[in-house]
Amino acid sequence: MMQNNVLEYLENIVDKVPDKIAYADENNGATFKDVFDKSRAIGTFLSKQGYNKEPVVVFMGKHPDAIITFYGVIYSGCYYVPIDEEMPRHRIELIFQSLKPRAVICDADTINTIEKFDYKGNVYQYDDVIKTVVDESILADIRYRQIDTDPIYIVFTSGSTGIPKGVVACHRSVIDYIENLSDVLKINEDTVFGNQTPLYVDACLKELYPTLKYGATTYIIPKSLFMFPLKLVEFLNDKKINTVCWVVSALTMISAFGTFEKALPEYLRTVAFGSEVFPIKQFKLWKKNLPDARFINLYGPTECTGMSCYYEVNRDFELDEAIPIGRPFKNTDIILLDDEDKQPKPGENGEICIRGTGLTLGYYKNFEKTNEVFVQNPLNTSYPELIYRTGDLGRYNEHGELIFVSRKDNQIKHMGHRIELGEIEVVANMQPEIKSACCIFDELKKKIILYYVGDITKAEVASFLKQKLPRYMVPNMIEKLDNMPLTSNGKINRVLLKESYNRK
Amino acid sequence: MDQILEILEGLHPEVDFETCRTLIDDKIIDSFDIVTLISDLSEEFDISIPVEEIVPENFNSAKAIHTLIERLLEDE
Repeated sequence: MMQNNVLEYLENIVDKVPDKIAYADENNGATFKDVFDKSRAIGTFLSKQGYNKEPVVVFMGKHPDAIITFYGVIYSGCYYVPIDEEMPRHRIELIFQSLKPRAVICDADTINTIEKFDYKGNVYQYDDVIKTVVDESILADIRYRQIDTDPIYIVFTSGSTGIPKGVVACHRSVIDYIENLSDVLKINEDTVFGNQTPLYVDACLKELYPTLKYGATTYIIPKSLFMFPLKLVEFLNDKKINTVCWVVSALTMISAFGTFEKALPEYLRTVAFGSEVFPIKQFKLWKKNLPDARFINLYGPTECTGMSCYYEVNRDFELDEAIPIGRPFKNTDIILLDDEDKQPKPGENGEICIRGTGLTLGYYKNFEKTNEVFVQNPLNTSYPELIYRTGDLGRYNEHGELIFVSRKDNQIKHMGHRIELGEIEVVANMQPEIKSACCIFDELKKKIILYYVGDITKAEVASFLKQKLPRYMVPNMIEKLDNMPLTSNGKINRVLLKESYNRK
Repeated sequence: MDQILEILEGLHPEVDFETCRTLIDDKIIDSFDIVTLISDLSEEFDISIPVEEIVPENFNSAKAIHTLIERLLEDE
């Protein structure tokens, strides 16, 4: 029978490897049996409390219990919304305003944090919830009514208007993604993942669901290790990690510090990376030191569940070349569209548009923004067919491989996170003393630079921004100006700011 | 020492780096900063910081960084 629920992955594997570790961090591990029992207890609990087909916020630290809670929420017929424990209060409150959640699940640490928030709904603690006795008939009834286009999660991504957008994904698109991604990465029961990406973005789907599908194991790597490369490699070897799907900056941190001269990640055989351009000089170091590993570039927007394209590196690259994003996964199609919504000539740039089951359902409670980017395929005038317009420009090279060229707007990729510079500017402008603010991005040094005009010190601006923005969005450099350069239309002249920055 | 403080203040202008002894423990400097910090220090003092020196103890305070740099400069 065709799979139509992601939880079938768990149910199919739990009897085969009940005592194997599914998810672990440096302290604790959860077996498949633990995941199965506890997530069903959570599902029973939420359902008995009367929650159904609605968002349930998971506000927990980065540990296996958070992952178990995700599945518990799906068992209840609701959809999970992971929130970063370190996210500033302002941003969490913005997300809560958009969701209006009736229930939040916390762990013993975060429950103290949430009490300070302006939130009137119910708060439950994980340790209490998992004590619930599983009610088979309730869970069976929920399952019978669930269909594969029902949502399973919402993840929030940066919005240029200053308000984060919640992307809603369903069983169907996640199953489609996991099946095709696992094929490309060649996941099996011997796979040991080392997870780097946060649990509150779609990037972690790459480890979470294939682990269930194959009975593999995922180790959550402590965040602090990504500052100390030798300790990181030690962790990889200690846990015999053989597969990583990391952002490029995590990989280059290892290679750029000369780590390979002292230690090699001996078990690594699959290195998937994405979200950013891999500098070829660093890539060559990886390739040279792990000659037998497979290196796979992944590309895709949150709006299409996870990744949509892949390229397995199979040739050498010049230092000024970019590693292609290759070709779409099976059951996904890429079309390029020019400014007139026509297909560009071979080799010419066009907007990367995605077609397929991998498309998510759109933005939560935001039909306007959804309809701007999930649109009728302009090449199809015969029947309704949605495509997602990524806003990325791409072209095909002489090998017929897709190449990412640039963004059409002010969205950037920084430390693997997708950021709208506009969102940082909106927040900076909320500071009463700031008269004008503009952000630029130094692609080469990977720095966000904020320029502002106003009677306030750089230090005050920095601490204001740190209270309002997630850490990865806080500018790396803040500069005070007497006047903001303007264009003839009276808009802030970004080009001029960038030019004067580059001259320094 | 002044050069080190200047580099650190460039990263986080609101932090008092002269007194703070828990830059790593309290996550004031995190993985977002470490790459910038090490490349800025290497450039400023024209040294290369070997990977075995990139450990929490050497980065917990401006003083610890100063000691590390002094030691590396002497070794050259």
